[in-house]
Amino acid sequence: MEGFNYNLNHLKELEAESIFVMREVAAQFEKPVLMFSGGKDSILMVHLAVKAFHPARIPFPLLHIDTGHNFPETIEFRDNLVDKLGVRLIVGSVDEAISSGLVVEEKGFDASRNGLQTAVLLDELEKGQFDAALGGARRDEEKARAKERFFSHRDDFGQWDPKNQRPELWNLFNGKKNMGEHFRVFPISNWTELDVWQYLAMEKVELPSLYFAHERPVFERHGTLLADSDFMNKRDTEVPKMMQVRCRTIGDMTCTGVWESSATSIEEIIEEVATTRMTERGGRTDDKRSETAMEDRKKHGYF
Amino acid sequence: MDAKHSELLRFTTAGSVDDGKSTLIGRLLFDSKSIFEDQLEAVRETSERRGEEGVNLALLTDGLKSEREQGITIDVAYRYFATPKRKFIIADTPGHIQYTRNMVTGASTANVALILIDARKGVLEQTRRHAFIASLLQIPHLVVCVNKMDLVDYSKERYEEIKEEFEKFSYKLDVKDVHFIPISALKGDNVVERSKNTTWYDGTTLLYYLENVHIGSDHNFIDARFPVQYVVRPNTDDFHDYRGYAGRVAGGVFKPGDKVMLLPSGFFSKIKQIDTFDGPIQEAYPPMSVTLLLEDDLDLSRGDMIVRENNQPEVGQDLEVMICWFNDRPMQQRGKYTLMHTTQDVRCVIKDIRYKLDINTLHRDQEDKNIEMNDICRVALRTTKPLFYDAYRKNRITGSIILIDEATNETVGAGMII
Repeated sequence: MEGFNYNLNHLKELEAESIFVMREVAAQFEKPVLMFSGGKDSILMVHLAVKAFHPARIPFPLLHIDTGHNFPETIEFRDNLVDKLGVRLIVGSVDEAISSGLVVEEKGFDASRNGLQTAVLLDELEKGQFDAALGGARRDEEKARAKERFFSHRDDFGQWDPKNQRPELWNLFNGKKNMGEHFRVFPISNWTELDVWQYLAMEKVELPSLYFAHERPVFERHGTLLADSDFMNKRDTEVPKMMQVRCRTIGDMTCTGVWESSATSIEEIIEEVATTRMTERGGRTDDKRSETAMEDRKKHGYF
Repeated sequence: MDAKHSELLRFTTAGSVDDGKSTLIGRLLFDSKSIFEDQLEAVRETSERRGEEGVNLALLTDGLKSEREQGITIDVAYRYFATPKRKFIIADTPGHIQYTRNMVTGASTANVALILIDARKGVLEQTRRHAFIASLLQIPHLVVCVNKMDLVDYSKERYEEIKEEFEKFSYKLDVKDVHFIPISALKGDNVVERSKNTTWYDGTTLLYYLENVHIGSDHNFIDARFPVQYVVRPNTDDFHDYRGYAGRVAGGVFKPGDKVMLLPSGFFSKIKQIDTFDGPIQEAYPPMSVTLLLEDDLDLSRGDMIVRENNQPEVGQDLEVMICWFNDRPMQQRGKYTLMHTTQDVRCVIKDIRYKLDINTLHRDQEDKNIEMNDICRVALRTTKPLFYDAYRKNRITGSIILIDEATNETVGAGMII
């Protein structure tokens, strides 16, 4: 066949796969919701959702679990994005969950609200009667996530049973479930950190300033740089100093490490990511609690 | 890497417990700099804590607690690496006998199957099983790595012997493209770098093969098939009459102006526009996700299919299917299941179990109707509604089905339409 060249580059192929999965969710479930953290992966998810349903609006709301310890930049970015898209935003508040007694605050220097998010997330999913929660988790992030399906079944306690997952073949996604059960769906399962950055650059997607190098007070703990804020319990030896840093992942301020970097553009970030020798979650203290910290949290309903 | 020009290649690895599969994957990841220092450090620590010698690279792929405890791979693990030419997705599947279902799962989307043979042991029962599954799932390319060549003194004779042995049974299989490479995953011979120890071998290295094997025709670009996945209706003032059929092209090439036929109605229309968020495009082909707009206002919904008049799929309720069974509960003769095919789901009944296949000998047993987990059989089934399908050999998307247990909602079987 002459001049026969029907090839998609890898980013367009990943895009096509993710769009297919999102449309499958809209078709198979009654009440989906998109979990939005404000990080680059959930920004990518929103961008893909816009593309999947264009020119209609995204047919599901966004759900943000606010630990109360977010970077202020994250909240500002979130609110602007929601305004622009005209989608509904639901905020699940860990602060409120603590005052109502649903969860109990951790104590100590390494206290984090990361674990508390799970209870609040499950509570919000139940309140909203959502039967599918779309998340931006990727298989390359973490070894337990490498075993995750696109359509991941959760029982009526929101729990994941990694040893008894449904086989997933071709592009046939089985979203059948009983009352009270739900699914977590991960449309960007096959993307790597580098793919995400390359795609965001190609698509010229707007990102929070936290991802680019900026000056801020930071201090070191367990070999990780953490951004200083009022939420942090510091030891006397932990003295903040000004440094030029950026975030590789954005989560709760208490557990998201920052990295020394001079990357001020997305192209510089790609270069940094392509040559770095550490995983992006290497700065996440929530993963460092044990060798199987992620699997343990996921089994209980963490995303 | 030049992101705009790199392709995506999916491959599956299969091998027995000790044939060096983890070492090979570890080497590919390591040499392409896809293993990070903190991952390696974590693995090193764990290996040390368990008193293992050296760094156990299998710990990189075995992510679940129970896998790490038992030292075996239970589930398909996906690994990623990239070179300047391509991005690779590895579906790493366990080699144990009881895990055929994982191999089938990993194989369903693969472009290439990588089969490892221990040069000292030659072709084993397990090798035959892997090759058979690769052919059953119609993986377009098969690459056979004869590993541990260092342990047979890089013997050309031994390599040729194994090659011949493999070919002797693979001619019975339906595989189009088989390639052999003598390697040592441990020493690195012919994995990324050409080996000085195998001067008699004039082929390429494994990585070169993976980077260059032609995957451009792995999709079917001939027979136009567009299963409607979702109907986009904005209902806004700007797009009042917009009715778009969203889906992923399953075969062929669609262009604006094409005369199309709609199934099941049999009505005709024309493609008015192929819409995407980035604007209308001039052609759509697999595996693109697009939205088709038609000239006429017709009733079309999820599960319907857009095709060409002069190139129609099979339409019918009686199918002959090769099934791989996945569940503890055996297949029920006369049993009813939910069947998913493209974007449709219907109910079906297993009318007859034609034969059970012994995947080691390829013997067809017509008497044994007891189909248990990991068994492969041919069945006749009838659906409640007509399906629009092709033979799996012709199109892996329109020729595949899954069966779902109506009581538990579990995916209990995967099928390839004959």
